[in-house]
Amino acid sequence: MAGLAHPKTAPSAGLDWIPRVWNNRLVRTTLYQAVLFGGVIWMFAYFTGNAVENMARLGITSGYGFLDRPANLPIGEGIIAYTPADSYGRAILVGLLNTFKVTIIGCVLVTILGVTLGIMRLSPNPLLSGLVQTYIEVIRNTPLLLQLFFWYVIVRQLPAPRQAFNPLDGVFISNRGVQIPWLEADAGLWWIASALGLAILGSLAYRRMAMARQARTGEFTPVLPLALVLLLVLPALAAWLFSVPIIPTIPELKGFNFVGGTSLTPEFTALLTGLTMYTIAFVAEIVRSGVQSVAHGQWEAARSLGLRDRRILRLIILPQALRVIVPPMTSTYLNYAKNSSLAVAIGYPDLVSVVNTTMNQTGQSVETIAILMAVYLSISLSISAFMNWYNRRIALTER
Amino acid sequence: MIPHRQAAPGVEPIGPPIIVTGWLGWIRQTFFNTPLNTIITLTCLLFLWRVLPPFYDWAFAAALWEGDAKACRQPGTGACWAFVIEKLRFALFGFYPADLHWRPLAMMLVFIAMIGASGYQRFWRRELFYGWVVALVAMYVLMAGGVFGLARIETRQWGGLPLTMALAIIGLVAAFPIGILLALGRRSRMPVIRMMCVVYIECIRGVPLITILFMSAIMFPLLLPEGVQIDKLLRAQVALILFAAAYIAETVRGGLQAIPRGQFEAAQSLGLGYWRMMAKVILPQALKIVIPPLVNTFIGFFKDTTLVIIIGLFDFLTAIRSALTDPAWLGFHVEAYVFAASVYFLFCFSMSRYSLWLEGHLSPERRR
Repeated sequence: MAGLAHPKTAPSAGLDWIPRVWNNRLVRTTLYQAVLFGGVIWMFAYFTGNAVENMARLGITSGYGFLDRPANLPIGEGIIAYTPADSYGRAILVGLLNTFKVTIIGCVLVTILGVTLGIMRLSPNPLLSGLVQTYIEVIRNTPLLLQLFFWYVIVRQLPAPRQAFNPLDGVFISNRGVQIPWLEADAGLWWIASALGLAILGSLAYRRMAMARQARTGEFTPVLPLALVLLLVLPALAAWLFSVPIIPTIPELKGFNFVGGTSLTPEFTALLTGLTMYTIAFVAEIVRSGVQSVAHGQWEAARSLGLRDRRILRLIILPQALRVIVPPMTSTYLNYAKNSSLAVAIGYPDLVSVVNTTMNQTGQSVETIAILMAVYLSISLSISAFMNWYNRRIALTER
Repeated sequence: MIPHRQAAPGVEPIGPPIIVTGWLGWIRQTFFNTPLNTIITLTCLLFLWRVLPPFYDWAFAAALWEGDAKACRQPGTGACWAFVIEKLRFALFGFYPADLHWRPLAMMLVFIAMIGASGYQRFWRRELFYGWVVALVAMYVLMAGGVFGLARIETRQWGGLPLTMALAIIGLVAAFPIGILLALGRRSRMPVIRMMCVVYIECIRGVPLITILFMSAIMFPLLLPEGVQIDKLLRAQVALILFAAAYIAETVRGGLQAIPRGQFEAAQSLGLGYWRMMAKVILPQALKIVIPPLVNTFIGFFKDTTLVIIIGLFDFLTAIRSALTDPAWLGFHVEAYVFAASVYFLFCFSMSRYSLWLEGHLSPERRR
């Protein structure tokens, strides 16, 4: 303190610039940042140096050359053709497509079932909302991995194909997985798919026109009938025009196994069931909080306008609730994609599982983990980009 | 006397109004007021009737609490809790030497006592922090031994519930300050620091926990100089800390954003520096706001510790699963998983109830 009390007595031999410079915000922040950034760079350099040295010692060639080498790893299922003689690159692609498969089917299921569950949770009937709440609490308070193990055991303990459950015609549930009817078609399927796309575009355009007309004249034009006709007629027309042979195949029991249709493996069934049952509990809570965030007066005002409950929900409540619902839904989809990596624990050949085997076989741990991270980061970034776009679209347009 | 009213000819008298008061009226109003609601009620009742009695039979009435696998496999026998009881010690403590099981047990008791003490606002002072430091050291000494005449136990032999607890609690305690620093960094005015924090947080949050665990288990040893080895458990623990920190950072950032600018300005005009302002004015308010999401993060993290099974650590879930491979007791998966689920449920559910209570307790202004 003595020094501060007599600043004049301090030797001013050209050193008084130190506190002046030190207390300059710009200098100080630059210094802090430089030190921190330098530290991070140094750490990276240090680790990279060690990694290069260690890999040289272990005889591992760094780089992505291993992707072309034959993989010799069997993969149980996949969307594209694959044999163990194929390369590691193709094996990883098969795994990636398997991840996409479970994520896309799952996100659709989760949206539909989760919203339904959320609405059930809001039911004025205490019996129903209590049941749903019990479900949500149990699911949210136990680990997902445990639930996946549980579902896998359940699927495994299902009866053999001969005693398979047959809830609907052509659907068999057994310990070999789930058999469902399927359409068998060759390359001509593309024509049908494009016709379906055209029908969807047409319906959307018609909906736009109908809405513009309603805004102009106040007259309501029903959209659904024409859309349904388009969606059904155009693909059928395409199938007839290009004479695409569509053969619906229905699974049936022959000997000890099923023939025809398509089958979902036990691993896929368990993973999809487990992830979906887990995630819908979160979606239900998001939907509930979203709907409850809309002020009660909105319901009353809409009722006093003479709207019915269902129309109130669709026209008044949901558009407002969506603003609250969409951001957390984004993270739910992201979580779904990330949680699908738990497939490795029950033997579904997803990306993580294939990459893990690759890593064990080749020892290229740095490269394979880099691939994993790059893939998951791009999935995460694209889902959030899409949801941000959607969020902007439905956001409140203020004057 | 009031003359008896005669209905006009051809007009049916209206019946008395439906009761809407009393318990009968309440039941009618709540469960049977519209046809749809009646259908819902009946469906729910049917569901309960189909599910609850069989479940009760399986879990209690026909369940077997003692005996061997043979008795459990008798047709008509429900849940085989005898299996769970037989394997309880193994599930709780893993391969920890059997005669030393009192040590992990004592560690868990210390842990639960500390959690309980931290739950009360009365104990929220500096002493609690020192208490935690002492407790963590004591817990480590109890588990690892090597001093005070306690036998040394390698981390390879640690397992079961104490391991799960240690991973979760040390992870959270260590990740919390890192998370706060990251959140502050992300809101910092220094562009390089902000950018580094953003990249870190988004990279960690963008990839699954498994990837980070793989990194710690398989890739990280490659990054160390030759001859240097770090314990596998410690590596997994660091990975969990780094993972949790990113999520805590995002939660805390939400709270920081909710603090009005005036609070910052007021603190600065009092002459507080950055760290004082944050510690005394901003963070106490911000953390209070984020208690519910923070507890959700904690619960999620507690559940996520089960993932260490994939890199071969012997946590509670792994212990249960390896108990299932005992040839004498094959096939009691459902019992084992139901038991494991109820243990996890107990922890997570009490945490979420506590957060509800704390939220109300810390916000007297919102209580009615």
